[in-house]
Amino acid sequence: MDQKNPKNSQTLLEKGFASIKGAGGPDKADGKPSSFPLKIEVQDLNFYYGKFHALHSITMGIPEKKVTAMIGPSGCGKSTLIRCFNRIYELYPKQYATGEILLDGRNILDPKEDLNLLRAQVGMVFQKPTPFPMSVYDNIAFGVRLYERLTKDEMDERVEWALKKSALWKEVKDKLKQIGTALSGGQQQRLCIARAIAVKPEVVLLDEPCSALDPISTAKVEELIDELSADYTIIIVTHNMQQAARVSDFTAFMYLGKLIEFDSTEKMFTNPMRKETEDYITGRFG
Amino acid sequence: MSKLKNIDAGLYRKRRIINLSILAASILTTLFGLFWLVWLLATLFMHGFKYLDLSVFTQPTPPPGESGGLANAIVGSVLITFMGVALGAPVGVLAGTFLSEYAIRSKIAPVIRFVNDVLLSAPSIILGVFIYEIVVVPSGHFSGWAGALALALIALPIIVRTTEDMLKLVPNTVREAACALGAPRWKVTVSIVYRAARAGIFTGILLAVARISGETAPLLFTALNNQFWSTSLNQPVANLPVVIFQFAMSPYEDWQNLAWAGALLITISVLVLNIVVRTFLQAKR
Repeated sequence: MDQKNPKNSQTLLEKGFASIKGAGGPDKADGKPSSFPLKIEVQDLNFYYGKFHALHSITMGIPEKKVTAMIGPSGCGKSTLIRCFNRIYELYPKQYATGEILLDGRNILDPKEDLNLLRAQVGMVFQKPTPFPMSVYDNIAFGVRLYERLTKDEMDERVEWALKKSALWKEVKDKLKQIGTALSGGQQQRLCIARAIAVKPEVVLLDEPCSALDPISTAKVEELIDELSADYTIIIVTHNMQQAARVSDFTAFMYLGKLIEFDSTEKMFTNPMRKETEDYITGRFG
Repeated sequence: MSKLKNIDAGLYRKRRIINLSILAASILTTLFGLFWLVWLLATLFMHGFKYLDLSVFTQPTPPPGESGGLANAIVGSVLITFMGVALGAPVGVLAGTFLSEYAIRSKIAPVIRFVNDVLLSAPSIILGVFIYEIVVVPSGHFSGWAGALALALIALPIIVRTTEDMLKLVPNTVREAACALGAPRWKVTVSIVYRAARAGIFTGILLAVARISGETAPLLFTALNNQFWSTSLNQPVANLPVVIFQFAMSPYEDWQNLAWAGALLITISVLVLNIVVRTFLQAKR
C-alpha cells in the first residue's frame, strides 16, 4: 500500500474495497501494465458511430494472461473499445475505427485481416445471455465444430471441460440435450462463457458479464475469471467497482471516450494519479 | 365524489360522457363490421353445407343437368397451389434473407423493398395478365404451369415480407454472439438465425398458401379450367376458384349448387389454415 497517502486509502477501504486483488501481496501487480509482456497494443485508436466520435486516440497496452478491467460511467466508451478487439462492430454499417490494434504484433484493423479467424482467437461474452436455440451440448459444440474436427468422444470431453470451467457442469450434466434457452438467466450466462472458452481463444472479452446475474452466479463467474487468467488474457467491462477491484490485475478508467488513467488495480483503487479517477471510484462523481 | 372538493363536477361529467360515447361508437362499428362477416359465413354454410356430400370429393365436374362433383377442381387447386408455393417460397425466403441479413450496406435494398411492397398490393388480375402475356401466348395454350407461376408471383411478396420481418425480430445480440465465435456469416444465418425464426417464416408461407388458394383472377388468364380429369400441368387444369366463378354465373341450378359447395370448401380450408398458423405460433411461445 501507498504510505504517502494513508488517509485516501482509508476512505477507499471504507467504501468496501477491502479485497483488492494483489494488494499488499508479493504479486508484482503493483508495476505498470507496460512493464509486462503485452498481448494487445492499442495505438492512437479512434472510433466513430457515423459522425459521432466515440473514442478519442486511445493508446494502451494490455498485458498477456492478466485480467484487465475497464471502468467508467455509462457511455464512456468501455464497451466500444472492447468491441474493437474482435471487430464485432463491423456487423453494423457506419461504424468504423482508425488507428492500430496490434494483437501479438499483428494489426487486426488491417482490412485484410480474416475476421472469422480473428474472432476464433478473440472470444467474447456479452451483457445479456445469448444462448442459441439449440441444445446445451450443441450450444458449446457449435463454435468448436467451426474450426476443429473432433471425434464424438473428444467433443464430449471438450463440452464437459468447458462446462466444468464455467461452473455449470453439475447443474446441466443431466440435461445436455435440453434446449439452451430453457436454462435460468444465470445458467444461460455461464453457458455463454462455456461456449466462448470451448473454442480455446487466446483473449476473452467480457462485456458486463454479470450485470444480469444474481450474487451467487456473479461469485461463480468471478472465480472463473480468476481461474481463466492463468491461461487467457481477459478484458472485462464492468460497472461494479468492487468487482473490478476483486478480479482484475489492471484497471483502466475511461471518461467521455478518453482513457483517463490505466494502472495496476491496486494503484488505481488506493492512490490514483488523476482526480477524476478518484472521484469516480469513491462515488463522488459528477 | 363530492368528498373530493378540488374536482370540478362538470368537467368530470363531461369526460365520462365523452368516454361513454366513444366506447358506444367503437362497439357499434365493430358489430357493424362483424354483422356482414357473420351474414356471409352463415349464408355460405346454409347454402353450401347441404350440397357438400361425398360425391363432391369423388366425381369430376359434370356437364349441365348431370350429377357430378368437384374432385378434379379440388385436386387441380391443390396441385396449382402447391406448385405455386414450391416456386415462390424458396425465392421469397432467400430474398427476405438478403434484405434482412446481407443488405444492410446495400443501396439496392430499399429499392427491392419498395418494389416488393408494390407487388404486394398489385391487383392479382394484373399478375394474371402478365403471365398470360409471357407464358400463355408464346406457348399457345392455357396451362397449369402458367397458373402456378401466377400464384407464385402473388405468394412471393408475402413471403419476402414476412421472412424479412421475422428475421429482423431475431435480436442482433444473437448474431453478434455467433459471429464472436468466429462463425462465417452464412453459418450464422443458416444455423442460428433461421433456427430462431423458423416458426415465423413457416407461418408466412402458410399465410401465402391461404392467400393464393382463393385467387380467381390470375387463374382465369392462366390455368383456365378443365372439364375433365387431368393432373398434367402442361394442360389447362380445373381449379376451385374458376369453377366457382363459372358455375355460379351459369343458369343451371345443379352447377350453382356445386359452386356453393366449392365456396364453402375454400372458406373452410382457409379457416383451418389460419387456425393451424395461430396454434403453431402459440405453441412456439
